Amino acid sequence: MKNDQKEKTPILEMRGITKRFPGVLANDNVDLELFPGEVLALLGENGAGKSTLMNVLAGLYRADSGTIRMKGEEIEIYSPKDAMKHGIGMIHQNFKLVQTMTVAENVILGLENEDFILDLKKVGNKIKDISSHYNLKVDPNAVIWQMSVGEQQRVEILKLIYRGAEVLILDEPTAVLTPQESRELNQIIKQMTGEGKSAIFITHKMDEVMEFSDWVRVLQKGKLVSVVRTKDTSPRELSKMMVGREVLFRVEKKPAQPGETVLKLENVTALNEKGIKALQNISLNLRRGEILGIAGVAGNGQRELTEVITGLHKVTEGKILVEDKDMTNKDPLEFINEGVSHIPSDRVAMGIVGDMSVAHNLAMKEYRKAPLTEYGILHPKRILAMAKKMITFFQIATPTPYTNVKFLSGGNIQKTILAREIGACASLLVAAYPARGLDVGATESVRKEMISERDNGKGVLLVSEDLDELMSVSDRIAVMNEGRIMGIVPADKADIESLGLMMAGVPQEELT
Amino acid sequence: MIALITSILAITLRAGTSLIYATIGEIYTERSGILNLGLEGMMLLGAVSAFATVYYTGSLLLALLVAALTGMILSALHAFLSITMRANQVVSGLSITLFGSGFASFLGQRLGPASNGHYLIGLVGKKFTPFDIPGLSKIPVLGAVFSQDILTYIVFLIIPVAWFYMYKTKNGLNLRAVGESPQTADAMGINIAKTRYIYTILGGTLVALGGAHLSLSYAPGWTDNITGGRGWIVIALVIFSMWNPSRAIWGALLFGGINAIQFRLQATGTTISAPLLNMLPYLVTIIVLVLMTWVETLNKKVGAPAALAVPYMRGEK
Repeated sequence: MKNDQKEKTPILEMRGITKRFPGVLANDNVDLELFPGEVLALLGENGAGKSTLMNVLAGLYRADSGTIRMKGEEIEIYSPKDAMKHGIGMIHQNFKLVQTMTVAENVILGLENEDFILDLKKVGNKIKDISSHYNLKVDPNAVIWQMSVGEQQRVEILKLIYRGAEVLILDEPTAVLTPQESRELNQIIKQMTGEGKSAIFITHKMDEVMEFSDWVRVLQKGKLVSVVRTKDTSPRELSKMMVGREVLFRVEKKPAQPGETVLKLENVTALNEKGIKALQNISLNLRRGEILGIAGVAGNGQRELTEVITGLHKVTEGKILVEDKDMTNKDPLEFINEGVSHIPSDRVAMGIVGDMSVAHNLAMKEYRKAPLTEYGILHPKRILAMAKKMITFFQIATPTPYTNVKFLSGGNIQKTILAREIGACASLLVAAYPARGLDVGATESVRKEMISERDNGKGVLLVSEDLDELMSVSDRIAVMNEGRIMGIVPADKADIESLGLMMAGVPQEELT
Repeated sequence: MIALITSILAITLRAGTSLIYATIGEIYTERSGILNLGLEGMMLLGAVSAFATVYYTGSLLLALLVAALTGMILSALHAFLSITMRANQVVSGLSITLFGSGFASFLGQRLGPASNGHYLIGLVGKKFTPFDIPGLSKIPVLGAVFSQDILTYIVFLIIPVAWFYMYKTKNGLNLRAVGESPQTADAMGINIAKTRYIYTILGGTLVALGGAHLSLSYAPGWTDNITGGRGWIVIALVIFSMWNPSRAIWGALLFGGINAIQFRLQATGTTISAPLLNMLPYLVTIIVLVLMTWVETLNKKVGAPAALAVPYMRGEK
């Protein structure tokens, strides 16, 4: 059906887009074409300039040079409002929703042609029409903070349709969804493109590129490196274009050799800050030399789980044992002294002190003890020597050890945390989304580190939302839903379908 | 007894009026995400400029306009520092209060006529006088509500209008979004800086009018520190009202009511020491504020705009 491509004119064209940030050339003369009724995948590593390019299109950034044409006519986009006026709408990675407001209020936010006195009933009816047409289940009167991430994403889509968007930009839309929800999203996008709308989506998941898109454009270091038809390419070829070399897709690892139990949870229950049970009756067992993966859609108790076993969150019932020692509700320092290490999910807020140097961040766990401290006074030369060793070993790309860590890229910040936590790890490594937002190269090295820790006889608890990662890195996978463990399966026997069902709340026993 | 209650109610409303102007003003400012701690200074300058104007021109309307203009200029300065320069809003607000208090005292010693040694203190000017609303003012006790001056009547109008505008209109929706999530509002095409400028200046205008009410109606004339710390009380009342204009009246009436009662007590020649009684309204306001906030927090109903006092910069991580 898309053989008549030559006769089709693009609905949207970007020509020679260049965008500079201080010290970085984020987009270098990039071209883009989007045809009506089609989906374009924008592929590239972190920092390749995908989001920058899309933010230019959505009016959040202004390009230094280049032109944008919509339906053949040159347009100027100075603000998100201008973009929307031309029918371009973007769904950002962090949803642009006001948490304390209702769906209807969010949908009409900022619209100028709404009545001065709001008629939310009328808006609600219009929302219901759109939701039934596209099968987007959303209650117009629901308040955003009470909705799941999947529902919030539907509100975002609805908002753009309500505003008459013809081109939808989706920035890594499936990162927060279950496989089933991703499929639903795909259905919705298919229906919209069937009606002549078009979509651009940013991703680095190959299978989604193959499944969702008609065309792929690959960016590398701000430059457009290739344009291919999806049906003429393969995931392997795409990843090569993306990083410029072959990438391992399955991580090489030896079979696990589990030793004695390092972490044991017995019927653990914990409340979240709203007073709701975030963990319900969790029992787990993790042995040395083993990686236990925790799967689940974000917000189903994973954060609380990692926090109760690192001393950051109190449990209300149950017991936590680290190497047979009762550690229930102990302080973080006591967990550290037991050799428990933690790679937190929010690496900037909890993993580093941005305004301190790389060296000091690396020393942040060992600084209490000799040799880094003597008589309560820090020993700068020894800290520096240790930091230099770690920087070389973990290949942290930093101008100097004295550079403030906030100036490093996401991947190098993560390497800094990894170096510190692995260095201090004696029994258990708790890693929450360690590869999130990292490019393919950095992801590979993070995964390798997890496995080498396992091979060094430590227990690793790996929380991730990337099922491919869990299936290739971990030895067993536990699936969480609403604070419960729905089931635990050996990684080599796991399949995406049943993991997805458990993530959606179907207990293992009920899977056929 | 009925006469006493009626008079307490009348004083309560008069004492509460300036607080309500300032509270509504600050609610609007804070809802846009800007914290203005310059209230005390702005009320004082509003009061002194209003009184000086009315003393020389005899025009109450002109006095209000001059006070409003004073509020606009000071809040525009705060807006420029906090929005355009992204300065620390606490520091900027406190500077305005320090400047305003000092400058108001200074003006009070310079703007007066030579016959009074250039002092404004002790002079008498035109003032707003109460007038009865025919019929309604004859109702027992509640009649006190309908025997006020025009500034108090306007308050009865401002509260519902401020509430309706904030919760039922497009502009109100945009305002709340800007204070709650500027990133979202920006992506939805709302001009963050413009919105914040508008409501910071609007808020400052109302705050200065609250000050003018003090020198033109509540305690006609000029004395140093005529506000008696009301600017600070207002900051508490904004929290007490959970940033909702319809609730602004309760805090103001509480403060005004205690004030009225302690006045009456002092007038009866009680043996309770005067400084203790003078302290009472402030003390009760703080206690009630603590209790209310505690209850609201327990109910998970913390209403502070999420982006309050956080400068906005597009594309910041």
